[in-house]
Amino acid sequence: MQYALEGSQALARTVALCRPQVIAAYPITPQTHIVENLSKLVADGALNCELVSVESEFSAASVVLGAVAAGARAYTASSSQGILLMSEVLFNIAGLRLPLVMTCANRAVSGPLSIWNDQQDSMAVRDAGWIQLYCANNQEAVDTTIQAYHIAEQTELPVMVCVDGFTLTHTLEVLDIPDQQQVDRFLPPFNFERRLDPSSPISIGTLVAPDYFTEARYDHHRAVNDAQQSIVAAAAAWEDVCGRRQNPLICVSDRQGARIGIMTLGSIAGTLAAARDHYNNAPATRLMALRSFRPFPAEAIRQACAGLTDLVVMERALSPGSGGIVGAEVRATLSEMNDAPRVHNFTVGLGGRDVPMDIYPRIHEGLRTGSGIPFGVLDLEPDKLPAAG
Amino acid sequence: MIEIRIHGRGGQGNVVAAYLLASAAFEEGCYAQAFPNFGAERRGAPVTAYVRIADRPIRRRCEVREPAFLIVQDDTLLHLPNITAGLQAGGAVLVNSNRDGDELAAQLECRVVALAASALALEVLGRPMPNTALLSAFLELTGLLPRTALIKALSGRFHGVVLDNNRRLVEQAAAAVNTGVWQEDTHAVRA
Amino acid sequence: MSHRELRQNQPRFSGLESGHRACQGCGEALAARLVTEAAGPDVVYANATGCLEVFTTAWPDSSWRVPWIHSLFENAPAVAAGMEAALKSRGKTTRVISMGGDGSTFDIGFQALSGMLERGHNVLHVCFDNEAYMNTGIQRSSSTPHAAVTTTSPSGKERMGKRHLKKDIVSIVAAHHIPYAATTSVAYPSDIRKKVRRALAIDGPTFLHVHSPCPLGWGHDGALSIEVARLAVQTGLFPIIELERGRLAGSMPIRTVHPVTDYLQLQNRFRHLFVDDARAREELEHLQALADHNIEVYNLRGTRPDNRDSEGADTVRRGGLRWA
Repeated sequence: MQYALEGSQALARTVALCRPQVIAAYPITPQTHIVENLSKLVADGALNCELVSVESEFSAASVVLGAVAAGARAYTASSSQGILLMSEVLFNIAGLRLPLVMTCANRAVSGPLSIWNDQQDSMAVRDAGWIQLYCANNQEAVDTTIQAYHIAEQTELPVMVCVDGFTLTHTLEVLDIPDQQQVDRFLPPFNFERRLDPSSPISIGTLVAPDYFTEARYDHHRAVNDAQQSIVAAAAAWEDVCGRRQNPLICVSDRQGARIGIMTLGSIAGTLAAARDHYNNAPATRLMALRSFRPFPAEAIRQACAGLTDLVVMERALSPGSGGIVGAEVRATLSEMNDAPRVHNFTVGLGGRDVPMDIYPRIHEGLRTGSGIPFGVLDLEPDKLPAAG
Repeated sequence: MIEIRIHGRGGQGNVVAAYLLASAAFEEGCYAQAFPNFGAERRGAPVTAYVRIADRPIRRRCEVREPAFLIVQDDTLLHLPNITAGLQAGGAVLVNSNRDGDELAAQLECRVVALAASALALEVLGRPMPNTALLSAFLELTGLLPRTALIKALSGRFHGVVLDNNRRLVEQAAAAVNTGVWQEDTHAVRA
Repeated sequence: MSHRELRQNQPRFSGLESGHRACQGCGEALAARLVTEAAGPDVVYANATGCLEVFTTAWPDSSWRVPWIHSLFENAPAVAAGMEAALKSRGKTTRVISMGGDGSTFDIGFQALSGMLERGHNVLHVCFDNEAYMNTGIQRSSSTPHAAVTTTSPSGKERMGKRHLKKDIVSIVAAHHIPYAATTSVAYPSDIRKKVRRALAIDGPTFLHVHSPCPLGWGHDGALSIEVARLAVQTGLFPIIELERGRLAGSMPIRTVHPVTDYLQLQNRFRHLFVDDARAREELEHLQALADHNIEVYNLRGTRPDNRDSEGADTVRRGGLRWA
């Protein structure tokens, strides 16, 4: 059913529909409205679950780790500093193969301090072993959260649903929230085979010596890779239930004769789509919104870029001293293609800087000047830089 | 698509105003989008919010740089240098103020309607919260949406006595401005 | 020279300048100003994430006239410990103060605080307690009082606000056997100044817990902040005490004890307790019992003369006999 809802509110309702049994709540801007809305649902008796108001994100992640280990469907949300504070636990949850869903309301990372949107936080933990799915709009955030439980419980891997902070979480828009029956049909009750149970005791988190560690880590890596199939299947299955087109790994919007492509993650995809229509004198451009970053869908990316002469990767983070993160991975994977497109890598909108419609002609300009090879900050304002020493 | 920018100070219900306007548009079957521009949230600090209303899905998510209309919830903000930045030619500004609209129009060099919204709200709601009154006046001036849509949006947020008072405020605020003065511009922009 | 001129001519170190972005009536802003004034210029500060560091340092401006660092939410006492060690190794006498709200002190930074106290660093930790995570929009902390409403402890059909008790932080801190731990309130500025100076005169870890109303979060007019803070003390809900090496060394007596309702009814966060509901009445009884317990345990009834008592401070405000 359709509602005009703030992104966070929609996410809270969606999480409630997934029937979580344990929620760990710790506030951090811009995720606060999610946990507040969930608290209100619990206070009103509309959501029957154990809501644990913890004392830090480290504990939030630890509480849901314990909850899943003991067989409960669990949820938490965080951003930025919180993601980093819980990072040790994130590696632990993934390595122990505990199915969990978490919302990362993407926000820049201190220092300097910023409360605004970029994707440095989730990028910083890309090696933790989680599945990472990036949502281009709030409807996708709703649909992805539901699919995330399906994927997590099938693959026994934790899923991080990345939703741009403020830009999506605090935007009110018209959204379709599924009803309880639809979600119940799609998500059976959580039945975790490896849960801690006195009737069949197991030990979780043992010390593994060099003679077995490699295989454990490889098995994890393989599982995350193979999760691509679950991601695709979950999208198709949910599409059947809700009747809305779902994007599994990467969403491609082509144009006749396009030889230029722009790939991005998250909410700027919407602005780029509107800009492409608005600046209709620009060269034909194929737009791609990457949804799955982990697993990294190498084959799907190569297919999406087939026939392009130039690909612009526009991301929302960077690795100081190196450059783009997504760009580097995409460039590496495309280099295996015959006639690989030239990859231009930009970051934009760091620390929440607004990404306006005219970014589109500026991208095309950057293509011509080659300022994205190997990497550039497209919206840099050089007069604000400290004087070069 | 119509784009509106709302200026206010923290504590004046700026963000709620944006959400209400978007919700009202939704009640009329439109697509709508509303979001705040967050600074350090403090009572009294300047806050800006944006609203987009269209009959097609709205894909862009950037800040509104060329609004068709401005709603200014606090006239002390008129001192800010960029308050009318980007206002479209023929655009108009609704200001919460006891001052004369023509005087403000001369100062801002654009069309201005002034409404003593805080005073009206203080009288009807018991609190100087200007947002409902301003939204009602805005709809009356532009003919963008019927008042009933705003009332439906309000009933999603308020109940009982508070809702009843807000209904009365909607009627009183609408009566306080000239109907449809900005209607032509609204249609021009929507095209 | 008149009394007034004398007061105006007194050199007064201003560590926190005006022009910051705190809300009207912010208790924390007042407390921080008083602390920096009393501590003087030869101090370095570590400030945890929260309202104070956000409203004082919107780049490129800063309200601080003292050396100041903000790192993270959970590590101010640890950062302070590092600064103290560094200054010591460099043979400096500059003092170190660690500042944080209740969120960082009671919750996420508790580990760092405990470590600093246990290792005996020569650091004063000041906790500005507004009883919730205010900077992120009024969510509960372990300092939020029992039955108070926050956005993560709302009232509703199943709940009457926060279910759990306010953590007794000063007792936990005192259990680290530190030389000095004290509570104080923005309603008693002289008390704050005196305790800051006292703490800084001591060698070793010290702790100050400053009750600081937040008008937005507690739901009252900014103009009432001091009155609300004073009532918290005069009901016994926030006892003003001093602990040395874990033992009670002093307390501010309450000459006229107020019922807790006098304090609670001024604040929207307790509004749900004033409806005709058996659960609400029960919660009011709980809160009164907590206040009564504090009065008993800390011997707060002010039958003996004491020139620092809560009534005496009232007299000062009214320009009365005692202090004029």
